[in-house]
Amino acid sequence: MNETRKLVEQENVVEENHEEVMTRQVASHDDVPVFRTKDLSVFYGDFRAVRDVNVYIKAREITAFIGPSGCGKSTVLRCFDRMNDLIPTARVEGTVEYHGVNLYDREVDAVEVRRRVGMVFQKPNPFPKSIYDNLAFGPRLNGVKKKADLDVIVESSLKRAALWDEVKDRLKASAMGLSGGQQQRLCIARCIAVEPDVILMDEPCSALDPIATARIEDLMQEIKRDFTIIIVTHNMQQAARVSDQTAFFTTEVNPESDRRTGVLVEFDKTQKMFSNPSDSRTEAYVTGRFG
Amino acid sequence: MALSTPSKFGASSAAGLTERITNGKRDVKGRVVEWLLLATLGVTLLILVALIVNLLDRAWPVLNGRFGDFLSSGLDASNAQEAGVWQAIRGTLTLAIIVIVVSFPLGIACAVYLEEYASRSRLARLIRINVRNLAGVPSIVYGILGLTIFVKFAGGITGGRTVIAGGLTLSVLVLPVVVITASEALRAVPRSIREGAMGVGATQWETVRSHVLPSAAPGILTGTMLALSRAAGEAAPLLLVGGITGLLRTGNLSLWEQITDGGFTSMPVAIFSYARQTGADFQAVTAAASLILLVLVVVINGLAIWLRNRFERNW
Amino acid sequence: MFIERETMSASTTQSWTVADLRLAGGRRRTDVRMRRLFIAAGLTTLLVTGLIVYTLVKDAFSFFIDVPKHELWNIGWFPRRGFFDIKTLVVGSLMVTGVAMLIAVPLGLGVAVYLSEFARPRVRRVLKPIVEVLAGIPSVVLGYFAIAFINPNLITVLAPGANKAFNIAAAGVAVGILTIPIIASVAEDALRAVPLALREASYGLGARRVATTFRVVLPASISGVVAALILGISRAVGETMVVAIAAGAVGGGLFSTDPFQPGQTMTAAMAALGFGSDQVAGDGLAFQSLFFIGFLLFVLTFLLNLLGDRLVRRVREEY
Ligand SMILES: Nc1ncnc2c1ncn2[C@@H]1O[C@H](COP(=O)(O)OP(=O)(O)OP(=O)(O)O)[C@@H](O)[C@H]1O
Ligand SMILES: [Mg+2]
Repeated sequence: MNETRKLVEQENVVEENHEEVMTRQVASHDDVPVFRTKDLSVFYGDFRAVRDVNVYIKAREITAFIGPSGCGKSTVLRCFDRMNDLIPTARVEGTVEYHGVNLYDREVDAVEVRRRVGMVFQKPNPFPKSIYDNLAFGPRLNGVKKKADLDVIVESSLKRAALWDEVKDRLKASAMGLSGGQQQRLCIARCIAVEPDVILMDEPCSALDPIATARIEDLMQEIKRDFTIIIVTHNMQQAARVSDQTAFFTTEVNPESDRRTGVLVEFDKTQKMFSNPSDSRTEAYVTGRFG
Repeated sequence: MALSTPSKFGASSAAGLTERITNGKRDVKGRVVEWLLLATLGVTLLILVALIVNLLDRAWPVLNGRFGDFLSSGLDASNAQEAGVWQAIRGTLTLAIIVIVVSFPLGIACAVYLEEYASRSRLARLIRINVRNLAGVPSIVYGILGLTIFVKFAGGITGGRTVIAGGLTLSVLVLPVVVITASEALRAVPRSIREGAMGVGATQWETVRSHVLPSAAPGILTGTMLALSRAAGEAAPLLLVGGITGLLRTGNLSLWEQITDGGFTSMPVAIFSYARQTGADFQAVTAAASLILLVLVVVINGLAIWLRNRFERNW
Repeated sequence: MFIERETMSASTTQSWTVADLRLAGGRRRTDVRMRRLFIAAGLTTLLVTGLIVYTLVKDAFSFFIDVPKHELWNIGWFPRRGFFDIKTLVVGSLMVTGVAMLIAVPLGLGVAVYLSEFARPRVRRVLKPIVEVLAGIPSVVLGYFAIAFINPNLITVLAPGANKAFNIAAAGVAVGILTIPIIASVAEDALRAVPLALREASYGLGARRVATTFRVVLPASISGVVAALILGISRAVGETMVVAIAAGAVGGGLFSTDPFQPGQTMTAAMAALGFGSDQVAGDGLAFQSLFFIGFLLFVLTFLLNLLGDRLVRRVREEY
């Protein structure tokens, strides 16, 4: 026990050194960011899906991940709530820091990470239970037992997800009966109900029609005041509309193995990425001449 | 393998496809072969019909003459007029309860381990192969296991050749069936549900308890019922662990007396006892008991199949 | 009542510590405890196999040491008289299995091919559960059916010299009936695993349904069909009650190769050692022979199942 603590302390020292280096490099970022990755690579078995990702994610901002299919956007996103732990072959190299804590430290509980870092998936995945139970599940885990307290959480979460007016009369009805867009907002509300710090969204609108998409985008702007959001999207207009920062990934063919590894090409303010990108590949992609 | 729930995809459209393509063409050889194949199905169904008709026919004297008496009389393989199935029915129910209490939780827990905790580990692979092999071990071999372990080794706890030893033996016998069917049911639960639960910070166990098990419940229930009907129809292992075959004098013992005294029988064991006796009287008794057991097993099985079809979900 | 947020309010300016990302002790402990429980349940199945092997091997071995070896090759199986002729039992088992396969292979495969390739979906939905009912018939009932119906109405009619009361052939037919659903279901799964594209390709070449079925689909799923046969054989070898009721020789029997006479199988011999007046207790040779045959039977079915299982999984992996 003592030994591990010592190890952790040592690691922290090393990281502080790193931080100094980073701070010097990125002069504007003097706060501890929500997430910072250093040379992050993710492997599925022997296959390196994505390599050398360095991103810096600030609180109360929306960061968009864009890039062609298979470039590892989802893979990187799933590192932030350690969802990749659920895939037996997945392995992470490099570091992910969450508020300065090494996310892959042995002492860190992935379960607690996932409570603080919520996730919204591509396909809405409400539990096959009532709307109320979908919302109440998370808080119950965290020890909220009283019905009155749960009622308050359910109502406020649904309100913040802009769903309350549509479902307030049928909280006991099955969530599976909602429309796709409503289901996705329910999933967002389900995240909000456990008061997370970050919400990860993996193509949350790709299964939705334009009207439902617009509602989710509005919602993101709403909740941005309280949460840090990272969104993966294939829709470049969406990235341009909603995000503050954008990370562009692409794939490089590995000449030996003929397998494609994802790389982070450029990471900057969204406005800059879409108007005046530094990398020609980014320019090609955002202007639609690529992928 | 016979216990696997049928796959939901594929060949329904295979038949449709062939239908569309061969439609209208004359194909004599094809017709003949198809009729032959249909005939195999016909023969198979005919066997079922012959079995039921034969049982009804033979059992008629008992069904018509002394059915109530038959239901309430004890095991007596020396006098057909006194012979009945009361103790056998009670024994089968007691055995079933033990199987439900012992085998179901254990088997479901093993399936949860395989599907939720260790899907890829080497240990899991070993356990899977092991379970599939156990499913193919002849039932009489489980009888030897029961005799050595539950009757002799653990005789102090089970009381020797008692209904407890019998129930435990049957529990072990159907354990692989429960594991295999429960595994299949768990596998059918979509990943997205697990991700949803873990995504809001549920532990593995909380995810399993609150979402995976409830979603898989109908499938698991189907599997457990198939296992139960298998247990209800087994005689061979019970012969080795002390199922009574001749005459069970103990009459209407309480469950406790049954356990301590050790005399127990079950429907299949009773049918075996009666089937070995000669004479039309015993034929009638055997047929009547067989009918009762058949109805019991078919009802449980039918319920299982109905459940499976009723709750078959396409996520 | 909302979950505390004190750590978050400081999120932009200060580092968190590992302690902020620790799960509450109670929940973590419950999770660990449940995990252990599930692992234990998984290990139980290994324990079962271990116990089976241990109990069989231990007494089978001492039987083999103690028995005068010439008694293992003798005129017949009479354990209480010290005659332990193994070939009587093995040949008996083989005869029952052989007769069973004569019935179960054509019927089982026919049903499988019909349900998979010819039956319309609606027909299939009705017929398949009925075949499944067949799988649920208790073997004692079929044993009774063998002596009450199969022998008088089929065997003694076809072979007038057959024993009127008990014989291997009648038992074999009943065991075959038990085996039909196993063969049908494993083979049907294998056939249905063949992709539609393969069938389409065959039709594209102008083949008809029968040709497609027998030249394309069956060969493509051949390992699954063979697996069905192997698993069927394993089931037939291990069947006890039908033989114990319908094959006659309870307790003992002379060596015989005539399927129309009473005979003895490995399983029936074991059952006979276990019950009624023949119940042999204690540590005598006869009692130990129970374990010896059990061991032979276990090894035999184990090998068959392993092989069948391999083949089944090969089909799954191919498609
Ligand atoms: N569970 C897995 N096992 C093995 N390889 C995987 C797994 N998940 C993803 N990959 C591979 O990793 C690479 C990156 O996949 P990822 O899903 O992260 O891409 P993506 O950018 O999200 O693509 P898309 O836009 O299509 O969602 C791909 O080559 C993919 O095949
Ligand atoms: Mg993706």
